[in-house]
This record gives sequence, C-alpha cells and structure tokens, in this order.
Amino acid sequence: MAGHSYPEARRLNTTILGALLALTAITVAAAGINFGSPSTNTWVAMLIASVKATLVALFFMHLKYEKPVNGIIFVVGIFTLALFLIFILLDIDTRHDLRPANLAPPRGGPGTSTLTSPGSIEAPAAAETPAAAPER
Amino acid sequence: MSDTATPVASEEHAHEPGLQHHFAEMQQQADTVKIGMWAFLVTEVLLFGGLFVGYGVMHSKFPEAFASAHHHLDRTMGTLNTVVLLVSSWTMVMAVAAARANKTKHLIRYLSVTLGLAGVFLVVKFFEYSHKYHEGLLPGKYFSYTGPQEPFESVFFGFYFLMTGVHGLPVVIGMIVIGWLLRRAVRGEFSANYNTPVDMGGLYWHLVDMIWIYLFPLMYLVS
Repeated sequence: MAGHSYPEARRLNTTILGALLALTAITVAAAGINFGSPSTNTWVAMLIASVKATLVALFFMHLKYEKPVNGIIFVVGIFTLALFLIFILLDIDTRHDLRPANLAPPRGGPGTSTLTSPGSIEAPAAAETPAAAPER
Repeated sequence: MSDTATPVASEEHAHEPGLQHHFAEMQQQADTVKIGMWAFLVTEVLLFGGLFVGYGVMHSKFPEAFASAHHHLDRTMGTLNTVVLLVSSWTMVMAVAAARANKTKHLIRYLSVTLGLAGVFLVVKFFEYSHKYHEGLLPGKYFSYTGPQEPFESVFFGFYFLMTGVHGLPVVIGMIVIGWLLRRAVRGEFSANYNTPVDMGGLYWHLVDMIWIYLFPLMYLVS
C-alpha cells in the first residue's frame, strides 16, 4: 500500500509467494523427520505454519502497512484463541502426571476416561432415572 | 438526503462513484470498512478455533488412531491443494495491487485466475471426498472401512470432514465474492481511487488460505 509502485508490489509479492512455497516444502520434509516425539513433530509443523500465516498477514493482507488498529484487532483475536488452546492442551496433557505415584489408579484402570469407554457415557443417564421418578 | 446534503458535499463528492453519503471522504470510508472486515475475520478465526481445540483434545486422546487414519489421506493431493491456494493468494494480492495502480486489464486477469484456482481446489477436494466415501472412511457411525485400522479412527474422519468442510464453505463463498468483483471490474467500477471491495475480497480470500495453512499439516502430516 504505502508507496509501493505496481512493479515493486509484484516483486515483493512474488518473493513472499516463493517463501511460502519453500516453507510448504520444508513442512512436508519435516514430517518425514523424527524430532524425538510425535508431539514435537506437531509443534514443529505448527511453528512453520505460523511463520507462513504471519507472512500472509503482514504482506498479502497488508497488515505491515495498515493503520495499527487492524493489526491489534487481529492479534487480540489470535491471542484469545491461543489462551483457549494452550490451557486446554495443558490440562489434557498433564492429567496423568498429576496423579501421585502412591495413589491407586481410578476404577477402570489407568488411561480410562469417559472418552475411551462408551458405557460410562450412558451411566449418568441411568443414574438419573430413579431420581426423575420419585412419584409412584 | 436533500436537507442534510450541504452544497459543499454535493459539489465536492458527487463525482466520487464509490463514496457513501455518510462518510466524509474516501479514506475515512476505506478505514472504516477495513476495521469492520478485520473484526469479521477475527470471528472467523474464533469459529475455526473451536474446531482446532477439539482436534487438539482428540488428537492427544487418540494419537495412534490419528496417526494411522491420516495415512488414508493422499499427501500429494493435499500438497497440490496447498500450492494451489498459495498461488491463488498471490494472484489475489496482485489483483489488489492492479486495482490500486488503475490497471483494470490486469485486475480482470488476476481475478479470473484466482477464480480458476479456487475451482481447481474444489475439484481436487471432490476427488478426495469421493475416494473416502467409497472406502467408507466416514465420521462416527458411518465409518465402514474394513481394512487394517486402529480403534477410533472414525474420530479423525469426523474432524477431517468437519474442518475441511467448514473450510470448503468459505472457498465457495470466496468464489462468489470474486465472481462479483470480476463482474464489477469488467464494468470498470474500480479505480486507484475506489477499490475497497477488491481489497476486502482479498482479505477474505487470504484468511481462507491462512486457515488451510494450519489444516494441511494437521490433517495430512500427522506424526
């Protein structure tokens, strides 16, 4: 926007496209490398994706050249989403580690949750039935 | 209109084809529209955010199922679609640059190519969907694949169809918007002075691209 002539804009945009395509190739290549654990691989992929998304936002969406208010709106949105995502993943990924080692595993054994045993989803509904029908 | 329009306003701005009467000048109108557009884009991000969080939770619950299920996705087609969307983002931003530089012929050409690439994306997606449909790789109770598999692979396909579907809808909407921009461009309605619709259509299209940038590794490159 600010002061880019048409040929300048074309050169800049083509450079960014080249970088985005190169990063795509890097993501695909990185998926074939073992970085230690599957979740590390996922984070590497998300990191590369975030670099790509930042390039798109700054140059293709012109955020670098816009009034700051537009960028602030967008970044606040992304930040809110990041809070949502990070705290939920922290919760999910640390549940097993938080149980003291001397504590007996919950009934059903370790790793059992409502999501892995479909029967337990039905259980609360069955428990409600007597309470729901007190009148005889 | 008649009693509020001052003589100055009608004389100075009557010739501005794109200016709404409640804005003082083109720059103010463009700035206002942009803030509204970015606020809308944030709501789109949050809409997808819920799906991404759900994906994250289920991925960490069933890592084996996700790793096994994603092998049914064709990585070549996924990469092809990524390249198609990135190039279409480039043609879109070039359309915006052409509009700003008053080059209507270039604007029309870039918009047409963007529309074509969006079509290519959907055609590739169609082949992928029909392949999965015939294999029975479908969400929830419709999952009827009989080959070797991990338990709960249907959860992955639930997210696959929901997220790529919710992404595919904006692609279709984007095509309608680009088609509308193309029609207006052919009529010569855009100029260096008035091109905000092209700019905003571009922002929408880049957001579609940006979401795919995250979807691609999550769906096709699970480890």
